[in-house]
Amino acid sequence: MSDTSLAMTGDAGAPEELRFYVAEEHHPENGTLLGFWLYLMSDCLIFACLFAAYGVLGRSYAGGPTGAEVLELPAVAVNTSLLLLSSITYGFAMLEMQRNRQRGTLIWLAVTGLLGAGFIGLELREFAHLIALGDGPQRSAFLSSFFTLVGTHGLHVTFGIVWLVTLMVQIRKKGLISANKRRLMCLSMFWHFLDVVWIGVFSFVYLMGVLP
Amino acid sequence: MSAHTDVQHGHDDEHDHDDGASHATLRGYLTGFVLAAILTIIPFWLVMSGGFEKSSTTAIVVLAFATVQIVVHVIYFLHMDTKSQGGWNMLALIFTLVLVVITLSGSIWIMYHLNHNMMPSMMQDPRNLP
Repeated sequence: MSDTSLAMTGDAGAPEELRFYVAEEHHPENGTLLGFWLYLMSDCLIFACLFAAYGVLGRSYAGGPTGAEVLELPAVAVNTSLLLLSSITYGFAMLEMQRNRQRGTLIWLAVTGLLGAGFIGLELREFAHLIALGDGPQRSAFLSSFFTLVGTHGLHVTFGIVWLVTLMVQIRKKGLISANKRRLMCLSMFWHFLDVVWIGVFSFVYLMGVLP
Repeated sequence: MSAHTDVQHGHDDEHDHDDGASHATLRGYLTGFVLAAILTIIPFWLVMSGGFEKSSTTAIVVLAFATVQIVVHVIYFLHMDTKSQGGWNMLALIFTLVLVVITLSGSIWIMYHLNHNMMPSMMQDPRNLP
């Protein structure tokens, strides 16, 4: 603010400064979405580091089980379809939101949450199975990096579900006000971003992990 | 601070139509979903049916499908284009992609060579030790 006034008094080009001020006023609404996008990009870097760690350590079995022995592709295929379906159902929720239909939005959000919960349930079942076999994260560098990468993604999905339930409560209480719409858009980006990361996980970890 | 939030609310109410993610259409979502499903099923089928003779060929094909599918998701689900948020979204995405490529390829390349060069001495050390 003081910057602008300084420039205004010190400079003859007042129209330009005014236009700059208008641009500032236009900014805040888009600012949330841009800021959230920047957060997602920083999250992307976290996953890049974890992918790199898996890429380096993924074949260090330390005499333990190999990827082909512990990774179950059919379960992963079910998991992948659950997450992909949850992406499109979230899309349907966004379409209902655009038409200001609160009931439809809530229903599709609930479906999305259930699909996400199914994804987490299957993943926890896989983790529990591995740990029960003695192939927990402490077994080898491969399993350490595997649990860290897949677990971090699962943790993101879990917090996404917590956020989704919170938003459903907020929409029920306050309706589809503009603040709630903005929050839904942020969660939309988060949810689709997690699906994008999962593409990397199932391709790089599961599909390439079972190759000889 | 309060003035700032007031401006924000007023702005929200009058400009509901030009927010970044509101260009979603049913057609766009369905196109993205069908493409994503096809791009998921093919690599799964390829690997589960045994894949190519050389596993490196299979790996490259799987990675190629993953790359295409990520682009599909970003366009149809995240609604990325060069115009959203005045181009800042795309700029941030490109910058991140550069960092991701450097992190991934750099780590794997360097650590592979490090392993390659260290392995023989590491293998012999235990035998030489008393």
